Amino acid sequence: MKRKLKILVSKIGLDGHDRGAKVVARSLRDAGFEVIYLGIHQTPEMVVNAAVQEDVDVIGLSHLSGAHKTLFPRTLQLLKEKGREDILVMGGGIIPEEDKSELLKLGIVKLFGPGTLTQDIISYLKELEKEKYLT
Amino acid sequence: MLTKSNSLDQLIQQTLEGREVSLSRLITLIENESSEASLILKTLYPHRKKSYRIGITGPPGGGKSTLVDRLALLAREQGFKVGIVCVDPTSPFTGGAILGDRIRMSKSSGDPDIFIRSMAARGSLGGMARTTEQVTEILEASGKDLILIETVGVGQSELDIYQTVDTVVVVLVPESGTGVQAMKAGLMEIAHIFVVNKADRPGASRIKQEIEDVLGLAPQQEWYPPVFLAQAYRGIGAKEIFEGCLNHKTFLENRKKSDYTLKKIEKKLRDLILEKMEKEVFQRDRAKENLICYSKKILEGVLDPYTAAEEWVEQIRKQ
Repeated sequence: MKRKLKILVSKIGLDGHDRGAKVVARSLRDAGFEVIYLGIHQTPEMVVNAAVQEDVDVIGLSHLSGAHKTLFPRTLQLLKEKGREDILVMGGGIIPEEDKSELLKLGIVKLFGPGTLTQDIISYLKELEKEKYLT
Repeated sequence: MLTKSNSLDQLIQQTLEGREVSLSRLITLIENESSEASLILKTLYPHRKKSYRIGITGPPGGGKSTLVDRLALLAREQGFKVGIVCVDPTSPFTGGAILGDRIRMSKSSGDPDIFIRSMAARGSLGGMARTTEQVTEILEASGKDLILIETVGVGQSELDIYQTVDTVVVVLVPESGTGVQAMKAGLMEIAHIFVVNKADRPGASRIKQEIEDVLGLAPQQEWYPPVFLAQAYRGIGAKEIFEGCLNHKTFLENRKKSDYTLKKIEKKLRDLILEKMEKEVFQRDRAKENLICYSKKILEGVLDPYTAAEEWVEQIRKQ
């Protein structure tokens, strides 16, 4: 059965800078993915609730205002509580270098910073897709 | 994806118990038309509790999702367990989709007894995905007794919703045109309830009046579709619309409905058979070669498409 990744893209926390998230959502659509777009001001609870109901493969969180060290781990924890730690979480936005390794260690699979090409994100996801559904 | 710890039997059992995580995984298997789909549907069919289904349709940007959000909350107040399926279009060029209906459903999306699922239309042109109705059956089996289906934004003739739900709500806006539009066949015929949303804009009462006038031109009928003014994002009019839906539900329950229900089952069976036949024809050996071969001949002007189709069907008959 041919299957594509289903991806949830959301802003999280108190941060209205949604242009980046929209650019990513749009370019993923153009790459042929189905994208659930949740918009701004989402809590980890709202994101995880949607991810579980939609049975997505990947969550992409965007955050630019400094609360990533609270919001990203909380999202991972809630996924675990729901028994869906198989849903991969990646992040983007303004994440300082010194925070990155900590978040990656906690289980965020990938962090994309400013200047990332959408093509890089797409390639990364296509690779995940291959691993998950073609093996 | 299925793993050993999550066998199909377990997923089905947990779905029947109303467990959301399993329900959503089963829906994925149905939506992707996986090899397990038919077994899942067969197993769950006898367990369905007959739900009340409302379809919300109308042009893009009219406020369907916002209204669904409001109706879901009102349904919860009356003790219904609510399933929502919202369909958005798939790109004909890339196969990708942005599913954005949840953004407008923030009020209802945290309620543990409201389950929302977005679906991409995946090439289906009737306003829903091909598997949307099957997904509603899974929701019913998991204990949802009120199901809201939101179609993609439609034009005049995406009417599949009519076959799938009990009550069709057509959501329009004051700019939706004059009464002449309401006289046309298609979308305006399938409504059991009309909503003129964004009614704070000019022209709302005028279009309400015109729709009512046109409905009055119809011969005597059992159900007269009411027309409601609403401002869904403020919640204005939602209560009246939901009551209108429940009135229609009562109307359906009171009339002799066996003919109608039987017709729906006939249609469903017909569709299933057609779908199977289509697969049967096009998944045969050499079907693809045949298709290319005939298409080339038509392009070269050696053959016309009508003769080609007849020849092909004749070949199948002989086999």
